[in-house]
Amino acid sequence: MEQFGIHPLFGGDTLHWYTPSNVTLWMAIATLAAIALFVLGTARRSIIPGRAQGIAEILYTFVHDMVVDTAGHDAVRFFPYVMTLFTFILMSNYLGLIPGGFTSTSHIAVTAIMALAVFLTVTVLGFVLNGASFLGLFWVSSAPLVLRPVLAVIELMSYFVRPMSHSIRLAGNMMAGHTVISVFATFGFYALISPLSVIGIVAMYGFEVLVCGIQAYVFAILTCVYLRDALHPHH
Amino acid sequence: MATTPTEAASSGTMPQLDFATFPNQIFWLIVTLVVIYLVLSRVALPRIAGILAERRGTIAGDLAAAQELKGRAVDAENAYQNALTRARAEAAKIIAATKADIQKDLDAAIAKADVQIAAKAAESEKAIAEIKAGAVDAVAEVARSTAGELVAALGGKADASAITAAVSARLKG
Repeated sequence: MEQFGIHPLFGGDTLHWYTPSNVTLWMAIATLAAIALFVLGTARRSIIPGRAQGIAEILYTFVHDMVVDTAGHDAVRFFPYVMTLFTFILMSNYLGLIPGGFTSTSHIAVTAIMALAVFLTVTVLGFVLNGASFLGLFWVSSAPLVLRPVLAVIELMSYFVRPMSHSIRLAGNMMAGHTVISVFATFGFYALISPLSVIGIVAMYGFEVLVCGIQAYVFAILTCVYLRDALHPHH
Repeated sequence: MATTPTEAASSGTMPQLDFATFPNQIFWLIVTLVVIYLVLSRVALPRIAGILAERRGTIAGDLAAAQELKGRAVDAENAYQNALTRARAEAAKIIAATKADIQKDLDAAIAKADVQIAAKAAESEKAIAEIKAGAVDAVAEVARSTAGELVAALGGKADASAITAAVSARLKG
């Protein structure tokens, strides 16, 4: 559990809200990685892309198509927000796989703030764009009239559970993966089972490489799904 | 806000649930997200969108140019085919005209030859007729003289006019 610990970067025991901590360090590294990929990687603006520009373009079109396909064409104005969340989560997830690294996205505080931001954006946007008819999201007009109040309660509950599931899914996945790896690593102390431990770590690491990408994708596409609710509540 | 988070971490609880670290995490998260957002929305995303649009434009331009070149190739082929067809028609016309010319010459030559042949044939017929007539006269002469001689030889008196009449009657006969 020490790998998830948060401490001031430059010594000292006290952690004010502004104190530069290892959180600050790894988030800064994530930012620099994003800048390196998306700004320096595309600096040459070549028609035939190199490796970095190719990756940047793939991620751009991937998220752009995801926003358009999931949330509709009028959601393109939210593309930079989705791209920001996706980039931050992707970079943090993969930086966390560096041995000795720190995974910002394994902290519920971080993911909860992002999920809450999405939740508040969707709710406010829904009411601003649709007015009271946004509540039609909870009134399933295709269901029989008797069932509608029951469904409305269920829909309302699931709507408010969204930010929780949205944030815990990401933090839980990241934390669980790192914890399992560290548990395998603890077994490595015992000579008899250390080969098994190494195999376990390698397998788990490979699995985590997959999970890191998938969780960034899941967080982004859920954001798009929620945005669609705000833009087109009557579906 | 001044707390000692390491105590919570070392005491075995999850650092994720150490609420004392939340303000610090949230503050730096917001700073990070704002920086990434500004970098992406101001610099990176417009640039990538520009690159993609430029590439699409280049590809569309290239395709249009290729289409145009293809159209020109088709035009050239059509022109070539037209020229070929026209040349063939011209050649056929020339062949027909030449054939007609030759036929005319041939017809004229044949007609001329026919006339010549007819003339020659008439001439020959005339010669044959003359020869025939000559032969008949000769036969009559020979017959007269032979008859005269025969009459004389048999001791008769050859009357020239009677013999001529008899031979003529026999020759007609």
